[in-house]
Amino acid sequence: MDFSFTEEQTLLRNTVQSLLQDKYDFDTRRKVAKSADGWRPEIWAQFAELGLLAAPFSEEMGGLGGGAIETMIVMEEFGRHLVVEPYVETVVIAGGFLREGGSPAQQEAHIPGIVGGETVWAFAYAEPQGRYNLADLTTTAKKDGSGYTINGYKAVVLGAPWAQKLIVTARTSGGQRDRDGVSVFIVDKSAAGVSTRDYPTVDGRRASEITFENVKVDADALIGQEGKGLPLVEKITDQAIAALSAEAIGCMKELNTATVEYCKTRKQFGVPIGKFQVLQHRMVDMFMAYEQSVSMTYMVNLKLTEGEAERTRAAAGAKVQIGKAGRFVGQQAVQLHGGMGMTDELNVGHYFKRLTMIDTQFGNVDYQLKRYSEAA
Amino acid sequence: MDMRFSPEELAFRDEVREFIANNYPQELRGARRGEMSKEDILKWHRILYKKGWVAPHWPVEYGGTGWTITQRYIWNEENARAETTPLLPFGLSMVGPVIYTFGNEEQKKRFLPGILSGDDWWCQGYSEPGSGSDLASLRTKAVREGDHYIVNGSKTWTTLAQHADWMFCLVRTDPNAKQQEGISFLLIDMKTPGITVRPIITMDGSHEVNEVFLEEVKVPAENLIGEENKGWTYAKFLLGNERSGIAGVARSKKAIERLKKLAGAELVDGKPLMKTDEFSRKVAEVEIDLSALEVTELRTLAAESRGRGPGPEASILKIKGTEIQQRITELAVEAVGNYALVEAPRLEVTGNEFVPGPEGSQGLAQDYFNMRKTSIYGGSNEIQHNIIAKMVLGL
Repeated sequence: MDFSFTEEQTLLRNTVQSLLQDKYDFDTRRKVAKSADGWRPEIWAQFAELGLLAAPFSEEMGGLGGGAIETMIVMEEFGRHLVVEPYVETVVIAGGFLREGGSPAQQEAHIPGIVGGETVWAFAYAEPQGRYNLADLTTTAKKDGSGYTINGYKAVVLGAPWAQKLIVTARTSGGQRDRDGVSVFIVDKSAAGVSTRDYPTVDGRRASEITFENVKVDADALIGQEGKGLPLVEKITDQAIAALSAEAIGCMKELNTATVEYCKTRKQFGVPIGKFQVLQHRMVDMFMAYEQSVSMTYMVNLKLTEGEAERTRAAAGAKVQIGKAGRFVGQQAVQLHGGMGMTDELNVGHYFKRLTMIDTQFGNVDYQLKRYSEAA
Repeated sequence: MDMRFSPEELAFRDEVREFIANNYPQELRGARRGEMSKEDILKWHRILYKKGWVAPHWPVEYGGTGWTITQRYIWNEENARAETTPLLPFGLSMVGPVIYTFGNEEQKKRFLPGILSGDDWWCQGYSEPGSGSDLASLRTKAVREGDHYIVNGSKTWTTLAQHADWMFCLVRTDPNAKQQEGISFLLIDMKTPGITVRPIITMDGSHEVNEVFLEEVKVPAENLIGEENKGWTYAKFLLGNERSGIAGVARSKKAIERLKKLAGAELVDGKPLMKTDEFSRKVAEVEIDLSALEVTELRTLAAESRGRGPGPEASILKIKGTEIQQRITELAVEAVGNYALVEAPRLEVTGNEFVPGPEGSQGLAQDYFNMRKTSIYGGSNEIQHNIIAKMVLGL
């Protein structure tokens, strides 16, 4: 039983920290989020240079042979700095689909672009009527010669404004919510028939609504087996959940540190407000929520390679933990900062907003509780 | 003991309901105050002023309606039901009562009409960067020089100061006295040279609050309310009124209605979210909490009508009322799923922004973020707990 990090992992963390401390202070982040494009391609290029985009791919695929723990380390540091660039969407999700479900030809065609930083990806899976159900799909992919024609609509596709390529889930057969009949496709965002409308998200990122109108894709756009894509989708979204858990603990860590520091220095009634027992106990509760979240984050990242049922319970459990803890820590960090916590100028509100949206991504607490209970 | 409305009260309810239906400007229905111009925000105020109903809680001699507590309660309910623009509390519920209770005749003649008509927009110069919960520690100074006070300092979290004509301001007039005993209550014209208003943008993107800087601001001595150094008494009187108005029961009822509509439209595997066990129970819980609060508020009002002013029990209303308001916004975010992520612009709105999502879902996450302020303002909920512990439980 070992919860320590290797030397290489510590080096990775230090490398990421160094870059972010230098290039991703809070005022910079704030400006970037408000800028026209909302991100920095030059930062993405630096991620590539440092090998961060290569981390989870095997050396044969041009990667660094890292795994979930490496991703976890990167995402925790990203969470601490509220990084907006689409690491989860590109490296964890698209990379995950290619790594775990892609043919050698697809891996050869697409992974270098990810690793080199040339290609950014987004994951178009959610639909307006589907809420969090990955299988609830009205977007269809009809066999068309050797390829497919895709028609449909995807909602809140995070990072899509910055992406060149999309992973799209579509139904090749079956009823709207059947587990069978879900297929996964690689689609060029610039393909004929793909139209996007971009908008900002409340947590400082960008997303698109995407319409697919008779979008033709070749046979080699299909990842894995036709109609049998749902288990892969579930597996990769669980990997995304593991990554988001790490991001969330990074956010919570910063909030707790800031809150304790604030309560030690902010004086009212002649004493630092941190002397008041009610607030002390509140901060203890925040601390415990964080520690429990760290534990669940370690656990889910360690269990991603287990069997489906165990992985599902780990991911659902972690998502429940960070959903609840994220809400509590976020709300209380704002509360204990008083009026200051409400401002756009202070970082506290921004961590709070990000944590709130992490809960929404891939299914909130209620959804994951149900998923957990239903897992074998 | 009886909770039912009398026939006269029911008739009154019908009367005011009809008045609102016939007189509330159509174009303002559903408008958010953050997107309304100053004139729009004042539209309903001016209509009520013409009717004589703008200040139901004031003594009749100063422009009140003479309504019973129950009638005032019904009036608030009907306004919430119709989602009318809430009247700004700063003039009508805060400084107005201070002026007619502690002010002299000239001040009443000079200031009360503008508060009633809406011609004077007031803001509250209370909090400072160094004085939040510990308001009595405030440091904005006022030094008497001839027939003026010279005021230096800064105020913060000043709601809607960007529109204000006047500010009621707590200032320190005796730096050597015990904190509470060196404070005065000054009325300050926002056009006086030396006043700078700086916006504070909140995390939801709104411009509701401001910093107000006062540099060598000359305030006529006749703008002092009551006695110099007795301002804390007037301030506490005002805070008591601020606190009891803050439960927002009627508005929360409307918010729950909107929540149910949202959750009714949101599908989970083809079934409305509102029909799922998990969500319907959560809505039921907050609705029950609100029912309890409603009766608690009615009991508080009943006690008030028997002569006791807003006591420390108002702190219950503040704590529970704000927790409920916040809970409803939390559930609204849950109700719209992925579309909670979409940002609705709050500043410099052109109307051309793309804000996808089901009807009623726009900006819900931002409302949730914005409403975190309610457990902080008006005396934080932690302070309210202290008040109840000390003043009610005697601890």
